Amino acid sequence: MAASSRAQVLRLYRALLRESQRFSAYNYRTYAIRRIRDAFRENKNVADSAKIEELLNKAKANLEVIRRQV
Amino acid sequence: SGRTSDGSGAPRPLYMDVQATTPLDPRVLDSMLPYLTAYYGNPHSRTHAYGWESEAAMENARRQVADLIGADSREIIFTSGATESNNMAIKGVARFYKSRKKHIITTQTEHKCVLDSCRSLETEGFRVTYLPVKKNGLIDLKELEAAFQPDTSLVSVMTVNNEIGVKQPICDIGEICRARKIFFHTDAAQAIGKIPMDVNNMKIDLMSISGHKIYGPKGVGALYVRRRPRVRLEPLQSGGGQERGLRSGTVPTPLAVGLGAACEVAQQEMEYDHKRILQLAERLVRKIMSEVPDVVMNGDREHRYPGCINLSFAYVEGESLLMALKDVALSSGSACTSASLEPSYVLRAIGTDEDLAHSSIRFGIGRFTTEEEVDYTVQKCIQHVKRLREMSPLWEMVQDGIDLKSIKWTQH
Repeated sequence: MAASSRAQVLRLYRALLRESQRFSAYNYRTYAIRRIRDAFRENKNVADSAKIEELLNKAKANLEVIRRQV
Repeated sequence: SGRTSDGSGAPRPLYMDVQATTPLDPRVLDSMLPYLTAYYGNPHSRTHAYGWESEAAMENARRQVADLIGADSREIIFTSGATESNNMAIKGVARFYKSRKKHIITTQTEHKCVLDSCRSLETEGFRVTYLPVKKNGLIDLKELEAAFQPDTSLVSVMTVNNEIGVKQPICDIGEICRARKIFFHTDAAQAIGKIPMDVNNMKIDLMSISGHKIYGPKGVGALYVRRRPRVRLEPLQSGGGQERGLRSGTVPTPLAVGLGAACEVAQQEMEYDHKRILQLAERLVRKIMSEVPDVVMNGDREHRYPGCINLSFAYVEGESLLMALKDVALSSGSACTSASLEPSYVLRAIGTDEDLAHSSIRFGIGRFTTEEEVDYTVQKCIQHVKRLREMSPLWEMVQDGIDLKSIKWTQH
């Protein structure tokens, strides 16, 4: 269980960074990359599974936001 | 989109003018898209799903704005921007209570729309006290207390100044006004979403909010109008009675949704943004001041919002410095007064010398500003200040120890 969700988190993280690279505007691109890194770093020690799920859902939603604009 | 849109092919300048306006946050744009495409109903249409879904979105946005400032949804009125909100608050309150109250108090450093609204009220027979500010840009609370008259209806003081970034003692002003049961309005356009604001803790009765200062869309803003105790105002705009009769006109759902989303994002990002912006601001000021002498920061060093830095470079003409810094988008005064040749009235109000006032530049640091942009701006600024001073005969005289104030400039 834990192993697959770790892989899932990393997959999401990489997908977010990859999509963010596609922003053509310098300020949006740099902000997205910076914010994603900082947010994942800040939450890396969260243990509560409900909280983890909430954060993952937020990340997925943000991924879709980026996809719609790049 | 990496080049300017005038077809010249030049790379776009760095944007360091966030007090003038801010880019849309991508999360805000995303929230608006459905209402610019499929969900285009009029939120006041009561009879079909297009209206209902549009209304639901508008009410959700209203709640998001209210949450940011600790208000109730019913206290938020959507407007076309902070200018309209300021006009509504000042003229609306003054006119409603005019039978018994004819006096208003404001400050000399308010935004043009506040000063102009007061000016127009004076032609209607109201009296206005324009409080001076101290050299640090803050009002003197004793002077405020002394300015009250038995028929004062309203005090209007902006939270964060758009030119020099100073933060007024809003909590204290709120206390003072509440004790005298006088309404307190604040233009919070540059403050909300950047510093915590709570209308109850700060005893604020009216607050103006601007969308495009907080990474939201242009053309929308809001006015907070307290319900308990009830603040009444005479509406500026007549019509179908929308927004509790205070502001008729179809509420532009996509813009309102954008404003709401901007407020929600700002609430989530406030701490992160503030920490970063403070770091970048300190970096900018420290680097410039350590390399270049005779630089003055306008406005109180402590009671300020860090993302708005106004510096005066002695012996350098502000406009020429701005033109030299052509690959950085900066401003020397506020956008609304930049067409005139007069130096900023805000700088005049804090007692800045005429020549120093002409030598000032405002640096804006925001959510999307990068460290590289700050470093580039600093490097270019230092380079051009040094170059312009080399060319300046005044600078040469100062280097030779001549006191410029002692010079008798003769007529030819």
